[in-house]
Amino acid sequence: MNTVNPSNSRFWSKLGPRGAFGAALLEIAKENKKIIAITADLGITSGLERFKKDFPDRMINIGIAETNMVGIASSFASEGFIPFATSFANFSVLRACEATRHFLGYMQSNVKLVGLSSGFAMGMFGNTHYGIEDIAIIRAIPGIIILSPADSTEVVMAIEAASNYIGPVYIRLTGVMNNPIVYKEDYNFEIGKAITLEYGKDITIIGTGTMVYNSLQSSKILTKRGISATVIDMHTIKPLDSETIKYKASSSKLIVSIEEHSIIGGLGGAIAEYLSSFHIHPPLLRLGINDRFSHAGDYLYMLERNDLLPEQIAAVIEKKYLSLI
Amino acid sequence: MITKTEKIIMCRKAAFQMRKDALSMALLSGSNGSHLGGGLSIIEIMAVLYCGIMNIRPEDPRWKDRDIFILSKGHATLGYYTALKAAKIISEEQLFKFEQNGGLLPGQPSLNLDLGIEYSSGTLGLGLSYGIGLAIVSKKMNKASKVFVLLGDGECNEGSIWEAAMSATHFNLSNLTVIIDCNSLQSDGKTHDILDLQLENMWKGFGWEVVIVNDGHDITQLFDSFTLPIIEGKPRVIIANTIKGKGVSFMEYNNEWHHNRLSKELFDEAIKEIFKKEALL
Repeated sequence: MNTVNPSNSRFWSKLGPRGAFGAALLEIAKENKKIIAITADLGITSGLERFKKDFPDRMINIGIAETNMVGIASSFASEGFIPFATSFANFSVLRACEATRHFLGYMQSNVKLVGLSSGFAMGMFGNTHYGIEDIAIIRAIPGIIILSPADSTEVVMAIEAASNYIGPVYIRLTGVMNNPIVYKEDYNFEIGKAITLEYGKDITIIGTGTMVYNSLQSSKILTKRGISATVIDMHTIKPLDSETIKYKASSSKLIVSIEEHSIIGGLGGAIAEYLSSFHIHPPLLRLGINDRFSHAGDYLYMLERNDLLPEQIAAVIEKKYLSLI
Repeated sequence: MITKTEKIIMCRKAAFQMRKDALSMALLSGSNGSHLGGGLSIIEIMAVLYCGIMNIRPEDPRWKDRDIFILSKGHATLGYYTALKAAKIISEEQLFKFEQNGGLLPGQPSLNLDLGIEYSSGTLGLGLSYGIGLAIVSKKMNKASKVFVLLGDGECNEGSIWEAAMSATHFNLSNLTVIIDCNSLQSDGKTHDILDLQLENMWKGFGWEVVIVNDGHDITQLFDSFTLPIIEGKPRVIIANTIKGKGVSFMEYNNEWHHNRLSKELFDEAIKEIFKKEALL
């Protein structure tokens, strides 16, 4: 089984989120015979080579046809299977958008749709492969859970949680191989329950996906500059853990959302919608991918261009915080 | 054991009743209106499937070895709900809650296995993928279940149909039959004016066994096409030439009846015509 310990966390981190997904699904499938994998010609990219070798009858390659993949996954679900359907986030969510709305949303099929390499993970592939809007789109479709794990270990936890949950789930993978480790000891992962990683009195940083680690790093920098931050891993974006946000909103001077996703409609959008109903709440600083297409670059370059590296994040937050006091 | 002749007589009888029911439902839908044209063009196809071909248990619509029908062109639902009634899966009382607020039978079918509705439709081009998945599962699990998917000829404009079509041959789905309600009209006019498709060649090119039914309202022709021996490893498509609005003279070939309201006067005129034709039989 998928046991969380420092050695496994290092192993999963080496594989990166896609490889960790494939390894996790293989382990789960050994015990749960209902699990099947469906892919639109990205089985290898999804880390599913071993799965295919061990369970040839439980892996289906549909070819490069994402809409068909989602439809076929849905009928497998209706027959009692638990299909994990994979493609790059853009093609799972945007190309197959209406099929996703129809089968996962309207028909509530028990399909786990996996968005590989969202955010800037595809680097030099460029804008066609950047996952910028997937959270916003899935969030607007009624009845789909959105999971956005912080590191490879949490990918494993999210896959396990998704396989036990009955209903449609979108799992958004961000980051690249050798991604930084946030979790190396066993912990409780529960869909819809955010995890507070650090407690601080001045501000609250709510991150998701890769930006959880960068939030922790920027918090260290901020501490040195006299700003004490709470850092939260919002691994479930829908349903949003509004209780946690409400609690932090009552005790923080600033709330920061940060994600490898457009600043429109993602985690920041969800938090803004929630906070706006309160008469009084702290200001919300939304950090993420700016609302424009930019020239392609490698992964770190793209993060830097969008001010998403720890030092940059700390600087933006500090500036905003100082303007408030 | 029911003979073929008896089955054909049953289907023919069912088709008349379905057409009358469809008109009553259209009248009931009032100012909402309904999709009469496509609903009437599929009546015989549906009568043959539900009263002559498909292996189903009306008293147990969820029976695991049942044959499955997917209506991909959801707007043709008048021909679908009436078939569910003809097959005794839904009652007359349920049928006549068509298009009523809070009812279970909206203008496009919504998944409800207890009513024998296997799939939510309305959006064109997605039903075939779903049917293909079901056929793959049936094959993998060595079930006897066959899958039938009804498409429109206009619906074949959708690219997603062809994504699905090519995968059905790849997976050797000889337990899958697609029926195309080829009524030659789509929302904006004649199919050959809007997007002229060489359907026979296209499906053949995608590796399907193609069967042409010259008259998609002829029960015997339809019955014979459904009972042709299976070609191992090949999915089958039956291209049935039909008439939009079939059975009601003022609706036939007339795209004003793609979706329209039916007044009491026109209902009376239409139903009289159906009764007259039935009496001639």
